[in-house]
Amino acid sequence: MSEKVLMKGNEAIAEAAIKAGCRYYFGYPITPQTEVAAYMSKRMPKIGGTFLQAESEIAAINMVIGVSSTGKRVMTSSSSPGVSLKSEGISYLAGCDLPALVVNVQRGGPGLGGIQPSQSDYFQATKGGSHGDYHNIVLAPSSVSEMAMLTAKGFNLADKYRMVCMILADGTMGQMMEPVAIDDIVIEEVEKPWALTGTNCARPRNIVNSLYLKPEQLEQKNFERFEKYKKVEENEVMYESYMMDDAEICIVSFGITSRVSKNAIVTARAKGIKVGMIRPITLWPFPKKPILDAADKVKAFITVEMNMGQMIQDVELAERCKKPVYLCNRTGGMIPSPEEVLASIEKVNGGEN
Amino acid sequence: MDKLKRVTLFAGHYGSGKTNVAVNYALKLKKEGYDVAIADLDIVNPYFRTKDSQKELEGNGIKLISSLYAGSNVDLPALPAEIYSLVDIHDRYAIFDIGGDDRGATALGRYADAIKEEDDYELLLVVNKFRPLSRTPELLLEIMHEIETTANMKFTGIVNDSNLGTETTAKDVLDSVPFAEKVSEMAGIPVRFTTVTQNIYDEVKDRIRDLMVIHLQDKIV
Repeated sequence: MSEKVLMKGNEAIAEAAIKAGCRYYFGYPITPQTEVAAYMSKRMPKIGGTFLQAESEIAAINMVIGVSSTGKRVMTSSSSPGVSLKSEGISYLAGCDLPALVVNVQRGGPGLGGIQPSQSDYFQATKGGSHGDYHNIVLAPSSVSEMAMLTAKGFNLADKYRMVCMILADGTMGQMMEPVAIDDIVIEEVEKPWALTGTNCARPRNIVNSLYLKPEQLEQKNFERFEKYKKVEENEVMYESYMMDDAEICIVSFGITSRVSKNAIVTARAKGIKVGMIRPITLWPFPKKPILDAADKVKAFITVEMNMGQMIQDVELAERCKKPVYLCNRTGGMIPSPEEVLASIEKVNGGEN
Repeated sequence: MDKLKRVTLFAGHYGSGKTNVAVNYALKLKKEGYDVAIADLDIVNPYFRTKDSQKELEGNGIKLISSLYAGSNVDLPALPAEIYSLVDIHDRYAIFDIGGDDRGATALGRYADAIKEEDDYELLLVVNKFRPLSRTPELLLEIMHEIETTANMKFTGIVNDSNLGTETTAKDVLDSVPFAEKVSEMAGIPVRFTTVTQNIYDEVKDRIRDLMVIHLQDKIV
């Protein structure tokens, strides 16, 4: 195991991407993710990689399409408004079945919003976010070391399924510093016979394209793509179960709010309230089954989110409205405090909701 | 250390702990009876700022000069004109918290001439050997020269702030001393002090010279 270093979440993403074999980064600065680009600008030239600050987010995502077409590992990163700009390109990546890693270090919105952390791009990330029938794989880290680990995992998943994998973090995750040892990164090599590598006149040419002139063909392509998505849903769900064995209240929370929730759970437990948490690590595919299973054991769910209530809809769908689901939230760049989460737990425990 | 210079400036690599050191240093000087003010010159980091310690600083009678926009939702690299009052009026001690790397040092450039003319300053390089892009003395020297070029000022000393946040052990601090000394030797400037948190102070106090006890800025998670 290598020695620990003190890293920001954004830097951990960048270093893990390099260790995962990514040598192409295209981006455009935006707070609070700029350290990803800053780190890449220092490191890439030293290892023969490419760092390019594009003229815009739209240009950057189209450069990602270009490099991905050649079969190389490539990434871009941004924060909420910048990801909206990239969304057209993300749909094209999906339509071309191209792998790529896209990082969203979320800030408050809508519009220009603000630079403080938020989780209000949950809908955008998990429901597609751009046009057409498609999904991205969405990973939600809750520590600096998970920022690194999931970045590396994200490249492997993207290659394996020829999909966009998105790291959905937030400003706090990007800016916070924690000791981390970035090792144990496994590059799962995948054959890419579809890549545009030059035929050398030895094989038929490959075409990377998302345009289908005949609707029958496009329908067929979408059917095939959703067969693939089904496999992702069957095989790639990740979540953490925390103190759920005897829990009567189940918190569902991801990213930074799951850490706040853990503090609140410890305090609530000390007061004798049986509360636990399911922390989705994959937001798509969403951990439906553990939540449905929990619905038979707990009396209520609480989602803790930094938005006006987005993931709560997926929780309600997953548990099929068997038990009530309450929302504990802040928005606009505010982070719920452990005391606020505790108050919510106590309220639900007392049946006052 | 010799007689305290009127102006102390903390600069260095992004994330090396400059703000935390600057805040703690201001509190220390105040406790020792100096009339001190602190200016936040960070135009790089939008999140963790001197302003986060506003209550503690002002509660201790330390004047804080900071951007109106620090800690707000506005991402504007603006500096208040009031900073000149610390540069041009020499009636109190001043601490400057400079933003990270050469980009952060850009802000210092515009005050450099006046500070050099007064010639009563220390420009301290804050180093943390546990930061990934300053793991070796060579990398640190590279960063140091970039900052000096941009700021148009030379460093006069080193602050060894090597730490792994709340996980820092006495061994980590002890291990960092030869590193800081190597940087000192290569740069030709002395190590002014090494920082240590209270919980490990006793373990290292007999083995490291010039220790400064610091506490970390509060975080909620």
